[in-house]
Amino acid sequence: MSEAQSSGAPSAAQATIQRRQPRRATTIWSLLAPLLGALAGLLVGAFLIWLSGANPITAYGVMVSGAFGGTRQITETLLLIGPLLLMGLGLTVAFRGRVWNIGGEGQYYMGALAGTVVGLFFQQRLPGLALIPLMLIAGMAGGALWAGIAALLKIRFGVNEIIATLMLNYIAEYTVLYLARVPLKDPTSFLPQSAQLLSPARMPTLVGTRIHLGIALAFLLIPLIYLLLWKTPLGFRIRAIGANTTVAYHAGMNVAFGLAFALLFSGALAGLTGIIEVSALHTRLKAGISGNYGFTGILVALLGRLHPLGVLVAACFFAALAIGAQTMHSVYGLPIALAQVIQGLVVLFVLAADALARRYGK
Amino acid sequence: MQDLNHLLTAAFVISLLTSGIRLAIPIFLAALGEIITERGGVLNLGLEGIMLVGALAGFMVAYDAEQLFAPSWLWLTPWLGLLAGAIAGMGMGLIMAVLAVSLQTDQVIASITLVIVGQGATTYLFRQQFGSLTARIHPLPAVPIPLLAKLPVLGEVFFQHDLMTYFSIVLLVAAWYFLYQTVGGLNIRAVGEHPAAADTSGINVTAVRYGAILIGAAFAGLGGAVLTVAQLGIFSEGITAGQGWIAIALVIFARWRPGLAFGGALLFGLATALQFRIQALNLQFIPYELLLMLPYLLTLLVLLRGTRRAEAPAALGRPYSKE
Repeated sequence: MSEAQSSGAPSAAQATIQRRQPRRATTIWSLLAPLLGALAGLLVGAFLIWLSGANPITAYGVMVSGAFGGTRQITETLLLIGPLLLMGLGLTVAFRGRVWNIGGEGQYYMGALAGTVVGLFFQQRLPGLALIPLMLIAGMAGGALWAGIAALLKIRFGVNEIIATLMLNYIAEYTVLYLARVPLKDPTSFLPQSAQLLSPARMPTLVGTRIHLGIALAFLLIPLIYLLLWKTPLGFRIRAIGANTTVAYHAGMNVAFGLAFALLFSGALAGLTGIIEVSALHTRLKAGISGNYGFTGILVALLGRLHPLGVLVAACFFAALAIGAQTMHSVYGLPIALAQVIQGLVVLFVLAADALARRYGK
Repeated sequence: MQDLNHLLTAAFVISLLTSGIRLAIPIFLAALGEIITERGGVLNLGLEGIMLVGALAGFMVAYDAEQLFAPSWLWLTPWLGLLAGAIAGMGMGLIMAVLAVSLQTDQVIASITLVIVGQGATTYLFRQQFGSLTARIHPLPAVPIPLLAKLPVLGEVFFQHDLMTYFSIVLLVAAWYFLYQTVGGLNIRAVGEHPAAADTSGINVTAVRYGAILIGAAFAGLGGAVLTVAQLGIFSEGITAGQGWIAIALVIFARWRPGLAFGGALLFGLATALQFRIQALNLQFIPYELLLMLPYLLTLLVLLRGTRRAEAPAALGRPYSKE
């Protein structure tokens, strides 16, 4: 009724007010919903802790001190924020275009592989200053190429990217395990692992700490992703495709290019994460070099509302949860996977809270 | 020498076919359930998580039942596990139904998140309950069908399986009958093709979609439980190893038809069986990693065929709300 009246003869001011009010409500809500979701997720987590016989309040206390209780703990948390942030930022670009890349694991492995091969080949011929950038570029290329297979399958053959990227996860992992076991194998070791990256091929660290270049790069990417998505024509195109592919197509946009870019870009960041983690932490290719970042990154991007700053907050929260869960494990013997349960539940609750707000908030 | 070669080849092929059928069952059940769900217009990508939850629930119930009843009721305990797997699957399905139907959230996002929750929850619970203990249960025994099992070659390939394998064929027929010959199935297909028209003709779209999701999730949970309870007798983290995702690919491959899904599942079962058999031969020139990636490569190849849009249920993935 009121809509019909105002649409009859709306004054400019009236129209502005009417347009703004719901938008402001959604802005507040877009900040409130993740908080409520986090709270609900932590409550269910508390229930699980209580079920296994520990006191949830003291257990969460242990968790907080495990994540922030001292320099060592804060360092550990920061070291985990890096990969989660990189993964989440890449997926933010993909998901903004509604490209569902769930192959972060595979792209991570391929980035790690490409970067490590470059590192092993050049580590006795180049100084770190030249080698590290080469490795990072190789890592990004490896991840992007691997995502490119899924992009090709999607654009050329209409293969759903969700299934394609996921299948490519397994193929990438087995490929890397084979290469580490046979052609790249460390001749001095009995284990199925590649030769080791030496000091020129290791991530440079901040003097006296374990904080490395990769963490700095991750933070540096926050404003860059913002600029990409909101201040460049390409970013506009990706967001337009995500909002409505058909409209974007009829507006004359090259949809295939937008999709391919979104997929390859998220693949490149996953590959970058892979080589950074190997160079800084694992120092060689072997089983278990991925920390499930491909999947946790999905949750980070979603909880961060596909906005770089939100992704930063989500990455900090999830890193603290995961590091805290390690301490909780050593104190109470609770499985570390508790962190993953809480992380998943938080996102489910946020999805539900959003939907409820959409329905009853108007 | 020549004869021995022949004998070996025949034995090889027979065992390949036999285990191919067995390995097809979990994927097939999950795909069958997903066909019912998607025919109702809901895209539930959460199969991998639902299968894992079904696999663990089935394993835990069968394990506890064995501890309680052993040694006298061992024929019953796997069935309790299978039932628990289906029920646990429905529990996951209920979460999906609330999110996708009642709250109308994005089905892709909701179901991918559901997979991650399922993976985390099963890992947590398994570690918490069993720790580093390697728990084993008695899988379902093979039940040779009288007379038929004695047939040369065919007997061994088709008629010496566990009861759950035979029962899966019954479920295939039942699902086909349900979808195409009953009012319930007709309602599901109507809601998946044109929910507004279905609504106008008096069908409760919400209720039918809830039903389609719950039935599909029960099948996926059962598929997971078949893996751990009926076949392997163990659980380990991520034991489904992507089978839930392969099942989703299979639904597309089968163009949303139950019979074709069974054929497709057999193809995957055979590929997996072949992979195991070749590994057992211990050939040096084929890396075992290459064999392990076979099912996943096959999935990609199978999808290359592509689908025309018209083959999918028209309202697939779209929430329905009354104006």
